[in-house]
Formats: sequence, structure tokens, C-alpha cells
Amino acid sequence: MIRLNVNGKPQQFEGDVEMPLLWYLRDELYLTGTKYGCGMGLCGACTVHINGEAARSCLTPMKSAEAKNITTIEGLAVKGDHPLQKAWKACNVPQCGYCQTGQIMQAASMLKKTPKPTDAQIDTAMQGNICRCGTYQRIRQAIKLASGVKV
Amino acid sequence: MKVEIVSASRREFLSHIFSAAAFVVSAPIANSVARAQQAATAGDATRWDPSVYLGIEANGDVKIIAHRSEMGTGCRTCLPMIVADELEADWARVTIVQALGDVKYGSQNTDGSCSVRDFYDAMRSAGAAARTTLERAAAGQWGVPEGEVQGRNHFVVHTKTNRRISYAQLIPLLSSATAPAQNETRFKTPDQFRYIGKDMPMADLDDLVRGKGTFGIDAKMPGMVYATIERPPVMGAKLRTVDDSAVKQVNGVQQVVMLDVAQPPLAFKPLGGAVVIANSTWAALQGRRKLKADWDLGENASYDSVAYRKAMDETARKPGRVVREMGNVDTEFNKTGGKVIEAAYYTPALAHAPMEPPAAVAEFKDGKVVTWANTQNPQAVQDTVAKALGISKDAVTCHVTLLGGGFGRKSKPDYVAEAALISRQVGKPVKLVWSREDDIQFDYYHSPASLYMKAVLGEGGKPTAWLQRTVFPPIAMQNDPNEQYGGFQLGMGWTDIPYQIPNLRVENGPAKAHVRIGWLRSVANIYHAFGVQSFTDELAAAAGRDRVEYLLELIGQPRTIDFGKEGLKNATRVNPKFPFDTARLRNVIEHVAQKSNWANHKPGNGRALGIAAHRSFLSYVATVVEVEVTPAGEVRIPRIDVAVDPGLAINPELVRAQFEGAAVFGTSIALLSEVTAAGGRIQQRNFDGYQVARMNQAPRVTNVHIVRSDAPPAGVGEPGVPPIAPAICNAIFAATGKRIRALPIKRQLSTSSA
Repeated sequence: MIRLNVNGKPQQFEGDVEMPLLWYLRDELYLTGTKYGCGMGLCGACTVHINGEAARSCLTPMKSAEAKNITTIEGLAVKGDHPLQKAWKACNVPQCGYCQTGQIMQAASMLKKTPKPTDAQIDTAMQGNICRCGTYQRIRQAIKLASGVKV
Repeated sequence: MKVEIVSASRREFLSHIFSAAAFVVSAPIANSVARAQQAATAGDATRWDPSVYLGIEANGDVKIIAHRSEMGTGCRTCLPMIVADELEADWARVTIVQALGDVKYGSQNTDGSCSVRDFYDAMRSAGAAARTTLERAAAGQWGVPEGEVQGRNHFVVHTKTNRRISYAQLIPLLSSATAPAQNETRFKTPDQFRYIGKDMPMADLDDLVRGKGTFGIDAKMPGMVYATIERPPVMGAKLRTVDDSAVKQVNGVQQVVMLDVAQPPLAFKPLGGAVVIANSTWAALQGRRKLKADWDLGENASYDSVAYRKAMDETARKPGRVVREMGNVDTEFNKTGGKVIEAAYYTPALAHAPMEPPAAVAEFKDGKVVTWANTQNPQAVQDTVAKALGISKDAVTCHVTLLGGGFGRKSKPDYVAEAALISRQVGKPVKLVWSREDDIQFDYYHSPASLYMKAVLGEGGKPTAWLQRTVFPPIAMQNDPNEQYGGFQLGMGWTDIPYQIPNLRVENGPAKAHVRIGWLRSVANIYHAFGVQSFTDELAAAAGRDRVEYLLELIGQPRTIDFGKEGLKNATRVNPKFPFDTARLRNVIEHVAQKSNWANHKPGNGRALGIAAHRSFLSYVATVVEVEVTPAGEVRIPRIDVAVDPGLAINPELVRAQFEGAAVFGTSIALLSEVTAAGGRIQQRNFDGYQVARMNQAPRVTNVHIVRSDAPPAGVGEPGVPPIAPAICNAIFAATGKRIRALPIKRQLSTSSA
């Protein structure tokens, strides 16, 4: 049995320990804000925080989630008012919106380590997250707005 | 502003959208469905009964039906904005309700950049008819002339006597009211618009940043099982045998069932194959890996994209079908003295790769199907599912979820029919999510294309003759696998080339498809704009002319083009609402030149500007791209300026977003994306092989300049894409002297030391 903590709630998992965390979150806990995009860590749509750090849930088998604190977009801020979520709205970032939860989780993790990121640091942190609608310009703008960096 | 989206999961039946006490404008013609069907037969997508799009509840709350699909273009916001504006509704009291698939709404095919264009008038009529009815009721109550009262922000007001009455208070007076006749309906004038033309956030914005929006992949039904399909690896392959013994050993796998393998014409048919059913997505995928399927690959196993390109390139060098002709290009080419220039271009097959792959949940029960799907076209879902199961269209209920991108892929509902067929076999609701590998390997691909261009330059370097030939496997292969000529794709930036050249010939050569071909955002405009706008730049270079001046000179005098009079075969009459007006094309070119500081920009240090202009989906677009080519041959895009005349922009903020996104989509096409095949199989499987632009590769800044226009609204979702690739390549030429004639650029500019 795998014991883990998801958005502050203790959970137990009994099943294939090779199953990626992504499918546990989506199919068993119905936390569907975490998205499937590639299953290979190539697109970032499934990004969650594991013990506070951004990680690709599609590449994280349940066995390595043992005793970990998992945060999904649903747990980032209960009221949806994380500074990045507010900035995302102020900049009208989403188009289809599918990748945006992964983008926000990735950006939130970056800002913890790098509160005032440069353009190059934003590029490095965010290039693993694909947005097919092409909202990168507004994502960058929103990250800067949330971090108080001049746009 | 606050808009609540009533999601499909919280609503059982369409009839529950409005309560019994709600006011719904009754139609001047009683049977709205009959009327809709009439109009459908007449091929008129927009002549609909306005009453189906809105209702006002007894408490005054307004519900507006969004009958098109939200895939990021914002039409679920913009169409209700138009209704709410004419209704003089308080946006905070509007609830947007996503419609089921139903012919009574008119076309729901959210494709071809036409949601606003086709329904602007219908949405205005719906809102204005309801407001006029409210105004009449208030005027009657007060005993004042109807012309003296006005709907204003959820009230009707009589300014002379300083009286006002809320919409809610008027509802009880309306029980027998019918809609006013068209000529009695009081429409607002543009200066009275409350929402139209204003920047408004997407209705779904809050849900989307919180992970609360319901996409197709998020839909669920009680008791559902999870399915994944091993499909024919080559188009038209037949299944010989399947060994599923190891599959059933996988924990969570329940059973393996078979779907008939489809044979051409493939249209929207489910492809068929071996289906693994399991109690989770993961178990289904694991089971599928153990499946051993033996295929008779058939004739398309010979398909190899390298050889295929070579054959298309050769076809493009031979005379083809003439689809438009003015004067005689051969006479001009045979004269001595003029400078003759030839060039051949190639663009590869592309996959849609929306971030959310095709997905559907479906249940077959008691002879009926209920499905939740990320579809661009719920009525096509009804048709396709009905046909696949041999039931009537009325027996198919299609709920439309949010779409995680569409780009044309999700208007083809093969995947929904798969889910419905599987549900019938297993007797349970089925959730089917295509893996990324499924999505890239079994797409309806954007056609690869070979283009050949030839011109002879006369006085001032201006061409006196211009020949262009296009070769691509056509979308018509969906219904006729032997069709090799272009069909409607020829009208996309090819036969409608707007240049004033006395001798002009436009040709099309044949190409047979070996994979499913379909429309992708901007469709044939992508390769046609690449050919025409690259070649224009080549001629300007040969003539030693400024690109902007030269482009304007080829377009010629401001005029409305009647292509029938300019040599187009089988031309239809000029559309009076949307004629090709070269003054508007010239205007966006001049505008973008000014905004990008074109005249004063000098190339240097690997940096330069390039321009391209193209009209598609009835909008006029000119794009200037600044590129930087590094010493190692990498292409960076510091800045793009786009000038667009899309007619009236309903929501400029969302228009800008579409053109910013199109710049990234076009950058992917120019720099990175390519689908190839060997042995009939697609060689790319995921985002490692099929590459799309990431943040570090995308344009750093895209400035969108919307030109003020009184013309009716035109397309917005697609027209931004076509000019991007040629503008990038023209800028690369200006920066480096190297001409890119085949996409994607990938490592073509790499220096040997890099």
C-alpha cells in the first residue's frame, strides 16, 4: 500500500505501483485539473508539485509517491487566488486553457526559487511546457506581473 | 463581469435550460425546427429562428445558448456578447449555456473561422427581438409611444418621465407576446454598443486557471470502463489475427473486443481495430502493449514520404489542369530579353496535435447513445455515430465539453463513433482517450504540397507573366480515395491571387493520398501563401526593389476583384458582403510597414525584417517578422508586427490573442513541424518527433494592430497563420542571403562548425 498526501489530505493507494501518479489523480481521485498531454514528460500538461517542487506526474510511478506531499492545481490556492492565477486572469492568458494548469504549477515552482526571474530564467523554467494555442507571450507577461518584475 | 458556465454534467436535458416561467421570444413562424431544416436544405447556415438562442427567467436572469464549441477562440464569449449587447442585458446577470448538438441552432461546425461571421446577424436579431418585445410591453404599461422608451442595462427606461421598469418586472406581461417582425425590430446603432467592440475576458477564464473546466478527457459517466484501440498501422490495412492472451494477464484489463476495420472511402468512419477494455486508463494502455496484431498492410505500405515528395516535385514541373488564366504566359516566357525566374517550394504534411487529444465518453443504452465529447461539430457527431451504429440521428445526444485545442481535428468525429461502438459491445459506458501516439499516428493530416512558380520580369522588374502550379493530395480523398485534384483548397490563396499581372496562369497537378487528409487551421492557405509570398520576395530581390513597394505594385490599383472576369474557371459571382477589396489588403500592408518601422530598419548582425501579406477567411493580414540568425544558424524571432483588417472586431482582446497564437502556430510550421512516413507508417509518435514551438523558440513579442473597419465581421482564428512562414523565410533571406524553399527550416541554416 502507498500512503501519500494530496492537497493536504492523506490518501492510500492499493494497485499497480508502476501506475503514474497522473492516472491516480485523474481516474481515482477525479482531480482532473492535472492534464494528460504526452505521457513522456515532453509537454508539461501534467505538472504537479511533489514536496513543493514541480514534477511531471505522467513520469512519476506511484511507488515513488510514497509519503510525498502532492499539490495539484486544485490545491495550489483553495480560492483560486494564487498570485499567478490572479496574474493569469489579469493578462487574459488562456485560450483553450488545457495546458494552463501545468503552466501555472511550473511557474509557481520557479517563483519559489527565483522570485524575480529574468527572461532567460523564465525560458529555462518554462520551455518544457508546450502551449499549442501559443500563449507564451502572455504567460511570460503574467509571470512578470505576479513576481513584480517590470514587463 | 461574471458569467456562469452551466457545464454539461450539471444539466440533464436541454428543456431544463429555461424554466416554465421563463420568457422565450416566440418565433414569427411557429415550427422553428421545420424552419431550421428548411434553411439547412437551402444551404443557409444563418437564417435561424432567434428564439432558440436566449431566454429570460422570471427573476430577470438571462440565459444565452452557446451553440458553437469553445476551443480557445473565445466564441463561447463573443457570440453571447452580441446577444447581450442588443438585448441591453447586464453581463453580470447572463448565464451562458452550452448547447447540445441540434439542427435547430443552425450550423454548429466550429470550423473555418466563421462563428462570428455567420452568426453576427442572427445573434443581433435574437437580442434585438427580445429587447423590442420588452420595450413594447413597457410602453404599453405606461401608455407612451414605443419610440420613446429604451432598453438599458436590464431595465426599460422612459427618460421623458424619468420612469424605469426592470426586465424581471416585465416578464409577467409577456406571456403572449410574439417576436416583432424583422422590420419592426429596433436594432442598436454602433455608437450604442455596450459590449461589441470592447475588450472582455473569456467567460471561462476563472475555470481555466483553476483547473475546473470540463474537457472531453475529464467527462465521466457512472460505471464507465476505459478503452484504448490498436488501429490499422497503414491506411486500408486489414487485420489478419490478434493474439490477446498476454493482454488478459494485465491487472485491471477486463476484455478485448474487435471493431470492424474501415475500408476507403474513410470519411469520418471509425478506423477499427482491437480494443482493450480496462478499469483505468493505465491498465488499458498496459494491456495494449501486450497485444499482438498481425496486419495485411495493403497497397499503402509502399508510401514513403521522401519518394512521395520527389514524385510531387516532378508533377509540379509538368503542365497541370489550368484553373485560372489571363492572357498567355507562354508567349511572354518565349520572348527573349526578359529575366525569367523559376522556383520550387515544398511544405510537409502536418499533424494537428491539439494539447488535448481526441476523447469521448459514450453510452449505448436502449437503442440510444448519449455522449460527451470534445467535438467541434456535435451535429456531425450525431450523424457519424448514427451511421456507425445504424440508429437514427435523433437517437444520439451529444454534449459538447470544452476542447483542449481543435485546429480542425475535432470536427471529424471518428473517435466519438469508436466510443459508441465499443459501449454497445461491452454494455457499459466507455471512456476513450486517444494517446498522444494515437493522435499523431492516426490524424487527418494537413496535405504536403509541392509548388512551382515561374515569372518573367519586365520594366521596373515587374512581372509581365506569372505561372504557378500546386500539387497536393486533396481533402476530397475522404469521400473518394482516387480523387487527386484540389477542389475547394484551390480557392485558398491560390486561384484568388490578387496580383494585377496581364498574363497569369494558375494550375493544379494530381497527387494521390496514402494517409487520411484533412483540414488544419488555415488549410491550403498555409502552402499557397508560402509559395506566393516567398516567390514575390524572390522577384523583388531579383529586381532590386523594396519589398513593401513591390508587393503593393503587384497588387495594383485599389479595386474589387471579380475573379470570373480575371480568368477564373467556374467562377461564382462576387459575394457582395465580402468582395476581395484590394484597398483593404494594401491598407494592412502600409499599416504594418509603418508600425514595424520598415522604412528605417537596416539589416545587420544577422537580424532583418521580412514581410508577407495574405487574405484568408475574408480577413486581410500583413505581417512583418524580425528574425535573428545566430552564427550557429539558429533562428530566433525577437518581434512580429501583424496588421489585420478583420472587419468589425467584436472583442479586440480576443482577436489579438488569436493573432498572437497564430504567430506561434506559424512559427512551428516554419521552423519545426513535419510528419513523415516510411512503409506506409507515420514515423513521428510524440512531441519528441513531432515538434512544435516552445517558449524559447516562439516569437518573443507579437504586436497585433487591428485596423478600424466598418466591414462586417470576418474570420479571426485562422487568417493569422499563413503569412508567418513566408515572412520568416523572407526575413532570413534579408539577414543571410539564404533562401529557404522547403519547410521546416530545422537545421537548414546550421553552419558546419555548429
